[in-house]
Amino acid sequence: MSILVDKNSKVVVQGFTGKEGSFHAEQCLDYGTNIVAGVTPGKGGSDHLGVPVFNTVKEAVIKRKANVSLIFVPPAFASDAIMEASEAGIEIIVCITEGIPTKDMMIVKKYLQKNNTILIGPNCPGVITPEEAKIGIIPGFVFRKGEVGLISKSGTLTYEAANQIVNAGYGISTAIGIGGDPIIGYSFIDLLKRFENDEDTEAIVMIGEIGGDLEIQAAKYIKENITKPVVAFIAGQTAPKGKRMGHAGAIIAGSKGTAKEKIDALKKANVNVAETAAKIGDTIKKVLK
Amino acid sequence: MNIHEYQAKKVLSKFGVATLLGKVATSSSEAREIAEEIGGEMWVVKAQVHAGGRGKVGGIKIAKTLDEVEELSKKILGMKLVTHQTGSEGKIVKKVYIEAAADIKKEYYLGIVLDRQKEIPVMMASMEGGVEIEKVAAETPEKIIKIDIDPFVGLRDFQARMLAFKLGFKNEQIKYFVKFSKALYETYSKMDGSLVEINPMALLEDDSLIALDAKMGFDDNALFRHNDIVAMRDFEEEDPIEVEAGKYGLNYVKLEGNVGCMVNGAGLAMSTMDIIKYEGGEPANFLDVGGGANAETVAKGFEIILKDKNVKAIFINIFGGIVRCDRIAKGIIKATQNISIEIPIIVRLDGTNAKEAVDILNKSKISKLIPATDLQDGARKSVKFAKENY
Repeated sequence: MSILVDKNSKVVVQGFTGKEGSFHAEQCLDYGTNIVAGVTPGKGGSDHLGVPVFNTVKEAVIKRKANVSLIFVPPAFASDAIMEASEAGIEIIVCITEGIPTKDMMIVKKYLQKNNTILIGPNCPGVITPEEAKIGIIPGFVFRKGEVGLISKSGTLTYEAANQIVNAGYGISTAIGIGGDPIIGYSFIDLLKRFENDEDTEAIVMIGEIGGDLEIQAAKYIKENITKPVVAFIAGQTAPKGKRMGHAGAIIAGSKGTAKEKIDALKKANVNVAETAAKIGDTIKKVLK
Repeated sequence: MNIHEYQAKKVLSKFGVATLLGKVATSSSEAREIAEEIGGEMWVVKAQVHAGGRGKVGGIKIAKTLDEVEELSKKILGMKLVTHQTGSEGKIVKKVYIEAAADIKKEYYLGIVLDRQKEIPVMMASMEGGVEIEKVAAETPEKIIKIDIDPFVGLRDFQARMLAFKLGFKNEQIKYFVKFSKALYETYSKMDGSLVEINPMALLEDDSLIALDAKMGFDDNALFRHNDIVAMRDFEEEDPIEVEAGKYGLNYVKLEGNVGCMVNGAGLAMSTMDIIKYEGGEPANFLDVGGGANAETVAKGFEIILKDKNVKAIFINIFGGIVRCDRIAKGIIKATQNISIEIPIIVRLDGTNAKEAVDILNKSKISKLIPATDLQDGARKSVKFAKENY
């Protein structure tokens, strides 16, 4: 078991024939991901990387039964691509694209409610269920199948955490990069809920950062609903106020969204907070002993 | 991206937000000409810097004669303004805005920001105009009135009226407020604003409303569709090293410490700063060279970090996913040969081909390159070498 995606997921890649799309789709195929279709408007009817290409997502859903979409479309057109996937009946959309305007995401989020579509990202590394499916740009070799569910706002920090967990002798059930934008699809709470119900997941690691209050909402939710041990790490304790730290959403506005307030809230919810990013593996060892 | 008050007022007036007559000047003689052109008997000379709190430190003055306009402009131009928003280094005034003066009955606050929790824009209003809104929010939150805006339909008349009544407006004032607030939302929405603040919005003797001050910020991700806003960018208001880094697609933020950091990925970059502090050191910067770092970005990264003379050691922390560490290692060696670097460089490469990378570094026999086994080891060594090299 795992959450969201597994070897049965039928993936369609939007922006399939572009440079980014081609490169990463090939890596996903190599990992064993079941990519059943690609979509590039105007290139329908051709083949790319041995996979049929369609003009629309709708065709990919009808002809190839695609149920998960992976998006590599440039920022100006990405919100449109997300809506197209949702309208075509895709259940889970993983949007890798970085740089989508906030206003577009505001509209997308409301639009997705209509079809109950699950969105992961944007501006994220994607989702991986080790040894089954890798949907995005996560380097597969770092991961091994196992008992820890991983949710993270950051890409390379996810790999760092997975590496430490694997080195500590454990593995990952599913890892999800939720993205660092101000408006994202699935967040900590949605995924915590799924990991709580996943029988293969024994502990959950959540990696947050400065900006917004998703981690504080998550802390409240954990306190009331999560029985499995949770390990957390929050990046940006030394980040100055009012400065955007790489991610569009990673900014301390006024005195809101600091690492300290998030760490305090998580500690209050009995979450095991790793003091530094180097101690995520050790902290997991402690809670799973 | 932020713009100046005079630019914000130009943008706002295009959408129908009322402002007073005014123009920007870069010299005192130009300021006088503008005042003459505006006419009247009183003018306001306002320093144009990207920071609030100008009035409290002498950046905004009233002039009653043309001579005074010239005199005050001379004084303010070139002045170093230090406010609660500029940091201790302050900001040098390069432009002044000359604006007509008006008789004001009362001042209000009106602003729009993204509510990240609700994921919609929220309009905020207060009868406490001219006061920092954060202060009002902290001390008397009940004085701030908020209206949620549905991005599908925008700010509706009934919502604007509701705000107007709560702000105590009557008769004609209500009509003026509805028009003003809707124009403000139009600007925010159409221009992809991240923030728009009218503080104060002033009620004039004739019951109309004008934007006495204006502050606008824009969503960087949406700038591709607003070339007019991009053209307003004032590089002199930004840190020159940050501007330079941006040209190469690097994300750099200067800090006060002496351990330079070069990392791939924003989350890992922040964590690297944090662990340096945890180990007893002080990070000199945030630098994200991107998830797909290569030899070239590493070389640029060195150049950027070394512009800060406080840096006593550099910690390179790369977790190679798609990118191969052996290539990064070669890039580091090449960069150290091309640029003269006198300080120790602690290198932690993990992920794809990490072992080969460490071999390459060891064989290079460059004494200032110090390999680290993991994040912990790298952070400790960086702090230690920065202290020894001090």
